Amino acid sequence: MTTATHTAATGNHLSTGAALLTIMKLRTFIALFAVIIFFSIFAPNFLSTANMILMSKHATQNAFLAIGMTFVIITGGIDLSVGSIVGLCGMIAGGLIMYGVALPLGYTVYFNVVEVAIIVMAVGILIGAVNGLLITRLNVAPFIATLGTLYVARGMALLYSDGQTLPNLTGREDLGNQGFSYLGSGSILGLPVSVWILIVVALGAAYFARFVPLGRHIFAVGGNERASRMSGIRVNRVKMFVYMFSGFCAAIVGLIISSELMASHPATGTNLELNAIAAAVLGGTSMSGGRGTIGGTIIGAFVIGILSDGLVMMGVSSFWQMVIKGLVIIVAVVVDQAQRRLQQRVTLMQMAKAG
Amino acid sequence: MSGIDDGDVILELKDITKAYSGIVALKKADLKLRRGAVNVLVGENGAGKSTMMRIIAGVEQPTLGEIWMDGERIHLNSPADAVRHGIGIVFQELNLFGNLSVAENIFATREITRGLRGIDHRAQVERANAFLNRLEAGISADTLAEDLPIGQQQLVEIARAVSLDTRILIMDEPTSALSAAEVDVLFRVIADLKARGVAIVYISHRLEELMRLGDYITVLKDGQITGHAMVKDIDTRWIVRSMIGSDAKDFAKQVDHEPGGEVFRTENICLPRAQGGYAVDHVSIGVRKGEILGIYGLMGAGRSELFECIMGRHEHYTGKIFVEDEELKGRDTTRRIREGLALIPEDRQREGLVQSMSIADNLSMASLGQFLKGGFHIDLKLEKKAVRDAIRNLSIKAKNPEFDVTSMSGGNQQKVVIGKALMTGPKVLLMDEPSRGIDVGAKADVFRTMRQLAGEGLAILFSTSDLEEVMALSDRIAVMSNGRLVMVVDRKDATEEMIVSASAEGHKTRRMHA
Repeated sequence: MTTATHTAATGNHLSTGAALLTIMKLRTFIALFAVIIFFSIFAPNFLSTANMILMSKHATQNAFLAIGMTFVIITGGIDLSVGSIVGLCGMIAGGLIMYGVALPLGYTVYFNVVEVAIIVMAVGILIGAVNGLLITRLNVAPFIATLGTLYVARGMALLYSDGQTLPNLTGREDLGNQGFSYLGSGSILGLPVSVWILIVVALGAAYFARFVPLGRHIFAVGGNERASRMSGIRVNRVKMFVYMFSGFCAAIVGLIISSELMASHPATGTNLELNAIAAAVLGGTSMSGGRGTIGGTIIGAFVIGILSDGLVMMGVSSFWQMVIKGLVIIVAVVVDQAQRRLQQRVTLMQMAKAG
Repeated sequence: MSGIDDGDVILELKDITKAYSGIVALKKADLKLRRGAVNVLVGENGAGKSTMMRIIAGVEQPTLGEIWMDGERIHLNSPADAVRHGIGIVFQELNLFGNLSVAENIFATREITRGLRGIDHRAQVERANAFLNRLEAGISADTLAEDLPIGQQQLVEIARAVSLDTRILIMDEPTSALSAAEVDVLFRVIADLKARGVAIVYISHRLEELMRLGDYITVLKDGQITGHAMVKDIDTRWIVRSMIGSDAKDFAKQVDHEPGGEVFRTENICLPRAQGGYAVDHVSIGVRKGEILGIYGLMGAGRSELFECIMGRHEHYTGKIFVEDEELKGRDTTRRIREGLALIPEDRQREGLVQSMSIADNLSMASLGQFLKGGFHIDLKLEKKAVRDAIRNLSIKAKNPEFDVTSMSGGNQQKVVIGKALMTGPKVLLMDEPSRGIDVGAKADVFRTMRQLAGEGLAILFSTSDLEEVMALSDRIAVMSNGRLVMVVDRKDATEEMIVSASAEGHKTRRMHA
């Protein structure tokens, strides 16, 4: 009889555990709704269309970086250099439009806006490749390698203009490089262009993670690198890809910010890498690698974006904003850990009962 | 369990179940420990003895079940909890700080201090010497632990446990590193502790020792208690019967089919060791289609290293590898897999599975290239079908392929690793200790699978250190010793003596040269 009650008790325990688990899994969604509801009550004009568009623009910048960061973190790495890549790429975009490229024979080549964008994205990918090479070929720990490129890229951005802002990037009609503002200020069907680009990149990344072998391999490498290698996965290739992709995402953000401001400032993007990491973690990406989703990361980026904009609208001091943001991130990770433990307990209990 | 005086029980485990990811180590086990007695625990490797002791010592927490001490339910959430309840343990693997003195080791975490003036080293050494003298250890308490021979280190561990005023003292194979004289001392200490009412838990493989020392005996098999008695009522035959059980190991019977032509051959594989000499020493070996070739060898015989060379994991090996008479170029695992080789690694958790992924993702991860449409797009339907087929063909018990791979039992996890390798369509399957870390029933299942695959024409090369296994499972037997291939013999001409003596061969010759 004691055994009977015992089993019943564990059975109950099990189902509460499972219910709790579902709630925890949906925590990013819950957090998103919570911030939206909170601010629509306490922040005036929060739900106005203008504000929504403005907020989505802000969140978009974090989201791009966070998508690249998610892949990197899933492989078990980290990319601290993205904020600096944003700055450097913005400077290069500005420089190409304002000054072009001076060739040795006294000619100066100017590129049109599309070409500028392509060159800038190539630069982002290149810096990512440097990160990747340091990590895969020279065995530098990702944290250190990307910390190094963080400084190098930022330094180069400052050197590029001697620390000056490149203002007024309208281009010149006679050079055919006008229209740079479209990226940051244009809109299609009422949505900002940058948001459309985000939708394309996010869908592409999500597709890639599920339907392309290289994308699947990202998860395997992060989950167990040795096992991946033994299964014939080219681990180095996977790692090169994620850092290059992260650099690419950072380049896009560099373009968007310069285009929005119509100016390039070498300090642009400072600390953005931290926002990106926070968004990825908030979205359920595990810092120990192997787990994470693009969808979760996007929601995470929006939670962080809405949180900071909402607090501004409420008139909360920026010092308090930092405190609140930090707390939210810590809570997210604590819940993540709790979920992991609970999940393990539930599975083990099931096994113990079955076997 | 009748006929045993249930007198002076100090600690009772009730219905203890402990599940690790992939394996249930204890299944509803009950254990009673009695005061002033030696409670002996026996069982084969992996029967769950150590798990049980780790639970009592607070190192691990049971998944289900209760622990009662002196009629009260207790929770042992940490080793510190256990110490507070008077439970001491001498672990099988030594847990000393080699860089600290014996006295510091004995008083670690409860140093004798003099307020702000720090640790009173002199007092510690004095008191430690008192304990050591009681053990007649002949050890000075201010020597460094790492300067002591293993046997004496073991005595230091025991002294530490004794110094804790323990009411329950667990000794996990304490005599394995002791000399005969040291064993006598230990037994005297145990008798002394017993007289003072300490409950001793004694784990050992040496049956004569148990018979001499024990009062109560409990036998574990596959995580379950299969026998419990007073030692004076039983004999060693009873112990063996309870340990092994009635079901003899079930090896798949040989299916009669003639192996085909040679599909795989190595020539003079050599892998130099960093310390000099060879980990793999000029190994040339061939396997035929549909044949199971068992490589027997002791630990460090070079079996795993040979497999790793074959899979291209070592850059500086020399020698040639042929699949269907074509020499393999390049040395990376990806290409080797493409060329028809696959390896089931020895360490399933570290090298076989990706724990964070589902069963289905683990199965398909090595063969995603087969499900492509348009060169890059994975056709999920094709993938799902292949996963379903693999699960069916290997009779993997998976309720839902989308579940985490860690939710399965060890045997089924092993089959997932096998399934992953098979999905790459290999011609030759290398299996490094395929039965490691899975329970008896699952072993039989894995063996049956190997037979079935060989029957379907796969060439299988497996390594093992289990004599019974290599004799029962192989068509031909190769013996490796110290990196060298000592002998290759047909199963029907092989005897156990032959294989055992061959497996020591390499060490003999080396010693002669040295």
